[in-house]
Amino acid sequence: MKKTFVLAALLTAFASGATAQDKPKVDPATLEAVTKAMWPKVPEGWEKRVSFDETQKQCSEHRNEPPGAVFDQIKAREIATVKFPADGNVLGDWKSGIRIANDGRGGTFTDRPMTNGANCYACHQLDLAQLSYGTLGPSLHLYGKNRGFKPEEAKATYAKIYNAMSVMPCSMMPRFGYHNFLTEQQMKDVTALLFDPESPVNK
Amino acid sequence: MLKRGKRAWFSWALAASLAGGALAQAPQPIDTEKELEKYRAMINDPMSNPGYLNVDRGEVLWSTKRGAKNVSLETCDLGQGPGKLEGAFAKLPRFFEDVGKVMDLEQRLFWCMQKIQELDTADIVRRRFGGPGRFSDMEDLVAFIANKSNGMKFEVPLAHPKEKEAFAIGEVLFHRRSDFMDFSCATCHAEDGRRIRLQGLPNLIKPGKAVQETMGSWPTYRVSQSQTRTMQHRLWDCYRQMRTPEPIYLSDGLTALTLFLVKQAEGGEIQVPSIKR
Repeated sequence: MKKTFVLAALLTAFASGATAQDKPKVDPATLEAVTKAMWPKVPEGWEKRVSFDETQKQCSEHRNEPPGAVFDQIKAREIATVKFPADGNVLGDWKSGIRIANDGRGGTFTDRPMTNGANCYACHQLDLAQLSYGTLGPSLHLYGKNRGFKPEEAKATYAKIYNAMSVMPCSMMPRFGYHNFLTEQQMKDVTALLFDPESPVNK
Repeated sequence: MLKRGKRAWFSWALAASLAGGALAQAPQPIDTEKELEKYRAMINDPMSNPGYLNVDRGEVLWSTKRGAKNVSLETCDLGQGPGKLEGAFAKLPRFFEDVGKVMDLEQRLFWCMQKIQELDTADIVRRRFGGPGRFSDMEDLVAFIANKSNGMKFEVPLAHPKEKEAFAIGEVLFHRRSDFMDFSCATCHAEDGRRIRLQGLPNLIKPGKAVQETMGSWPTYRVSQSQTRTMQHRLWDCYRQMRTPEPIYLSDGLTALTLFLVKQAEGGEIQVPSIKR
């Protein structure tokens, strides 16, 4: 997985080179005014889902390639946000997990209030049966098996789902737990989808 | 008219069944992409593209006397002189001296409706996106005017400092990660050959074919929505999927983003309204 990230970072660096040479500076106050005019007020009930936090700022500014010191700063900040289940059990029900992984609904400004889906398949291959999967993230087929189904690996995976940036600063993956996008039970179920030996992900 | 519509729907159903069939079978993506390519060519025929109904309605709207002043839009200057439509879309967004800012086609039309016609623009905004039984004047006018640049190439020299500034703002907005899912436009559109589910994602930060074909094919008739959509709607829908709050229609940030994308697509040929899934 690390390899994929390094490769992705390299590709991004290469691609952004094309626009970098004629990139003029933007006055922060102007930018602030522009975004304020795009989103003049926080919709009712959206207080917790609207953010431009320090990590988002830094990742945006560095085009997701933070220099060493910023990388370390983000990582430390994000690690501090991760909350594990009180009883320490990070594994839920993989069958429920596969439903959550397939569900891409919820959270948009045209959705009624509902439980959000994790939409894992939008970016990842998981099992071999689901052919409609995206390629923005690496394939997760055999994820748990390749990690020997080790409990500490399952715990690290729960942390990754909770806050991907605690593992890889400026990762493209949403911070599902940090933003309260998914519930604790949903994150446990998705972790089980990756780590249960019976899960199709490991077949 | 009915015939045209039926043909489009039949094509869509056929392609859907082709794609569906491919999914149900083997893991090899066989020739799904090729079959979809055939389907796209088939529905791209102007005679079967319902987007041309918008072009026709837009032509009528352009010359209809309306508003408190009871005049048409025919004296509206889209950058190439009053009433001059040929090639105007290929050079938008651009700086307009009379307003002192950079505008895209929709902002400019909106301004002309207010200044020249004194039209009830609240109604225009209410109908900004068409739906069942609800035509959008903006979608019609944009389809008509953009169509007048067919065969031409995008050309935005960024000669004015305000245009340079808007481009820079657009570039920053493209990379701005925010809100519920930490997404930016770059999350999906900054690499070659990526997919979301089975949908291919154009790389929009690398000047070249992908961004040229993308920008050169909007406005487009979207079969899945049965409506002709403009770039304002495309960006609105992107932000919706990014889980941000609803961006304000015709806000300057959307124009800045559009200018950034058009600049990336410079040299790309315009063929609109196109037809897409």
